[in-house]
Amino acid sequence: MLDIPGKNAATRSPYIAGALKRFADSARYYCPECVMIWPPNDPAVPLTFRGDAGSSYGTPVTDCNRYFCTAVSEEHTFQSSLFRTLPPLQLGSAGVSTGTIDTDFLALPLRSLADAALERARELGAEHADVRIERITGQLLRLRDGAVATMQDSTTIGLAVRVIVEGTWGFASHLELTPTSAVTTAQRAVEVARTLRPLNAERVELAGEPVHAGVVWAGGHEIDPFSVPLSEKVALLSEWSHRLLATDGIDHTDVIFRAGRETKFYADSDGTSTTQQRVRMHPSVTAIAVDQAAGLFETMRTCAPPTARGWEYLAGNTVWDWDSELAQLPEWLAEKVKAPSVAPGRYDLVIDPTNLWLTIHESIGHATEYDRAIGYEAAYAGSSFATPDKLGTLHYGSPIMHVTGDRTYPHGLATIGYDDDGVATSQWDLVRDGTLVGYQTDRVFARRLGLERSAGCAYADSPHHVPIQRMANVSLQPDSTSDTSTAELISGVQRGIYIVGDRSWSIDMQRYNFQFTGQRFYRIENGALAGQLRDVAYQSTTTDFWGAMEAVGGPSTWVLGGAINCGKAQPGQVAAVSHGCPSALFRDINVLNAREEAGE
Amino acid sequence: MISPDELTTTALDASKADGCTVVLTDTSEVNLRWANSTMTTNGHSTTRSFSVISVVGDSVGVVSGNGAELDEVRAVVAASEQAARESGPAQDVAPLVEGEADGDFGEPGAATEIGVFARLTGELAATFDGAGESGRGELLYGFADHRVETTWLASSTGLRRRWVQPTGTIEINAKIADNLGRSAWVGAYTADFTDLDFPALVAELRRRLCWSKRQVQLPAGRYETILPPSAVADLMLYMVWSMDGRPAHEGRSAFAVPGKGPGATRLGEQLTGLPLTLSSDPSVPGLQTAPFLVTTASSDSASVFDNGAPVHRVDWLRNGTINALAYPRAAAQEFGAQFTSPAENLILTGGSTARTDELVARTDRGLLLTCLWYIREVDPVSLLLTGLTRDGVYLVESGEVVGQVNNFRFNESPIDLIRRVSEVGATESTLCREWKDWFSRTAMAPLRIPDFNMSSVSQAS
Repeated sequence: MLDIPGKNAATRSPYIAGALKRFADSARYYCPECVMIWPPNDPAVPLTFRGDAGSSYGTPVTDCNRYFCTAVSEEHTFQSSLFRTLPPLQLGSAGVSTGTIDTDFLALPLRSLADAALERARELGAEHADVRIERITGQLLRLRDGAVATMQDSTTIGLAVRVIVEGTWGFASHLELTPTSAVTTAQRAVEVARTLRPLNAERVELAGEPVHAGVVWAGGHEIDPFSVPLSEKVALLSEWSHRLLATDGIDHTDVIFRAGRETKFYADSDGTSTTQQRVRMHPSVTAIAVDQAAGLFETMRTCAPPTARGWEYLAGNTVWDWDSELAQLPEWLAEKVKAPSVAPGRYDLVIDPTNLWLTIHESIGHATEYDRAIGYEAAYAGSSFATPDKLGTLHYGSPIMHVTGDRTYPHGLATIGYDDDGVATSQWDLVRDGTLVGYQTDRVFARRLGLERSAGCAYADSPHHVPIQRMANVSLQPDSTSDTSTAELISGVQRGIYIVGDRSWSIDMQRYNFQFTGQRFYRIENGALAGQLRDVAYQSTTTDFWGAMEAVGGPSTWVLGGAINCGKAQPGQVAAVSHGCPSALFRDINVLNAREEAGE
Repeated sequence: MISPDELTTTALDASKADGCTVVLTDTSEVNLRWANSTMTTNGHSTTRSFSVISVVGDSVGVVSGNGAELDEVRAVVAASEQAARESGPAQDVAPLVEGEADGDFGEPGAATEIGVFARLTGELAATFDGAGESGRGELLYGFADHRVETTWLASSTGLRRRWVQPTGTIEINAKIADNLGRSAWVGAYTADFTDLDFPALVAELRRRLCWSKRQVQLPAGRYETILPPSAVADLMLYMVWSMDGRPAHEGRSAFAVPGKGPGATRLGEQLTGLPLTLSSDPSVPGLQTAPFLVTTASSDSASVFDNGAPVHRVDWLRNGTINALAYPRAAAQEFGAQFTSPAENLILTGGSTARTDELVARTDRGLLLTCLWYIREVDPVSLLLTGLTRDGVYLVESGEVVGQVNNFRFNESPIDLIRRVSEVGATESTLCREWKDWFSRTAMAPLRIPDFNMSSVSQAS
């Protein structure tokens, strides 16, 4: 079932409402109501939807000059684990804005502050200048055993000026939003550039971008999480905790709720100005069982991913099936506590999207960041084995591997209309037919790579940090020819493990060698699940692993997972990013026993 | 900007709560980053973090704002009171800390500016130029950061504390341009960059790049390994961050004791016969940190109710024995323990006077690491950590480094490493690689581990 932005949950049909339309310039299809594109970049798939198929749709949805025309479809039902409404697979363009901007932010003297800073930067000789005025709001709520252990609300406001002077970047920021502060911050940015000019050996040049003057974008959510009284949140999370604590075998609970809201105004010396807002949230519930006698404890955490949605994600059980997941946690945990420890060795793995998203994040998402590929992060986050000389030739994985980058999925954590370079966002291929074909870029890196336009990946997590190239939503596409289920993938395995939920992760600084654990590990015997295992960690090398991917599940297995805590850069910045993927089958992967690794 | 004195006075005057603590931190920061021997990013930021902790009955609300305008300050106070009324009883409730007023409370904050890098800019530019000369062929990568944070803590109890915390770090990574796998790293902590010996750092990098001329491939396995102070710091930090009292008492920590009934912890367990002491101490010269607790979010190791409480030296390990766990005041009362709060530094002592080079000289065959990376917990029961070696694993034979080895993924528990350590060298100030963004004040000793678990080979170079 597809989520339809802006529509009341109660009115949602289990099918995509409305007809699929087709892009005039390609064989791809588009749902004008939910702005889903299907399939991502493929010729048409015989996948159809209930609705008024056949009507034409000739209006451009944005200023990107893409028009839509007629397509037809057959009926198809999306089902996806605990998502009551499946996130749309694709979204057409950056211009789709379904929310609103906070009026008190709009009441700030955004334009005059920006003009003051831009003018001062120009007077001081800047070839380029941009200004961001941002308000970042966050909330952390943690309940231990049903009672509030941590409660923190925070708001950061500031003004940032970035300049290019004699081909050199300069950046400065200040917390005060006054004309004087705007001017002095611009001066300071120029001073930084001039002071450090002797260290710059490469002239900074930006890829071109059309001017987007006065555009507004706001992500789609129904209930702003910051409009919900704290007491209502505490009551819900406490009720969840007590539901679990009332169950045999659960000794403790740990519930963490994080919410964020970004409101940002951007203006640059080319004339682009954008005003944008988005929210995100991540609730997680962990049940803990303690065996004091044995000195063991075990945990089971919900797999509900972070998402760019509002409070409707938690309330009402309409988006994610919390009732079902919370009801099953005790049983899953009890089985895990008693499960046999895994025998290390090589296994076929069927990996659930709730686990695979993180492997995608680490081994594809970061590896296809252009700044990493050319060494900009070499002393910190690391570089990438997927260097530009291999673009178009590197066999990243098996031929069924199709990975896209986008900043446009509805409810995607990296989704936004325009990036922090003033670039309209989009969707593109990173790995096609198993081959590396693209990178994530900002305007500087797009130019270096010889691209006409940036992929729109510039992002700063705060008004006090400089924009850097950050991760788009990087997603593995499902089987476009068959809606293979997870059960069907499992049925093709004689001896293997089905892995659900993420837990521990680690990967080297060139994104070769990784090791992941999970929440639940099910033994697969002769094509069927045969109870849980514990202490499983899988370890592989990126291209070996993706080369061993024999099959991907169909659209019905596809889930949009993600993280709100991706770290990069110095000073450190934190970004939120989504990764969609189907279940997938990997042959002959090395599995370790974590207890044995600890020498026990 | 509103002065700190006016801001804290306005907030406390506006408070209608049963108790109120205001934490204000002004931060001035400059930074400079480079890669491929050219600057990439930089910046100068002026930020303020202003938090109001309101206590209403047994409940607490913490709300933070910008602190740029007095109306906003009053609004934050009201919001924190509202949050306290709505959040229900807090688990860590305790009376707000009482105490004296620091004489310098009314003084303004300290700041830094881009000129702090003046000498470094010249030295770095010269090294960029020199590194590109024929024959050397080096590329330089790295980051320099200088941050000055001034914190004012004011409470409705009359407590007034002020602390200025300077933090400077530099990391330099050098690679050989035609073989990027030949890579070396050095890092240092400095309060103000005046004591930074840049030429010495570059000399150490070049010594290590010379070691990497010969490349040696080794398989996964257990190796005698010398962990230099930087790598030791990353492992010890993770261990100390896991030494919270509550989870240990509740049986959900590697510091719980199996089979001895509820509440039993590993306090008092001797891990090694070597006289290793791991401590945090706000008064250590060169690594000073705030002598009072400052936090705006409660956790198992610190409580917002405890803001302003004196922080003293804590020996987490003393002479090889587990000696302390962290307890906020409420947890200390609940579990019959003493209030124990970690300072923002960590020091490992108890070794010989031998520097890392001397440990190398006493090694027949083993590995010398540079640093560890991407350290993550695999199993909390044993505190098993995984991660990777990075920027130089060197093969030692007959007391000398004879080449650079491929990288490895390791799986080890720091608790178990303490048990197995066979030699401890001299304590020195060091910058850890993995956690330095959060924790840069450490002094560690090099350790010899007879059988470090290199679980698999990493192709990363």
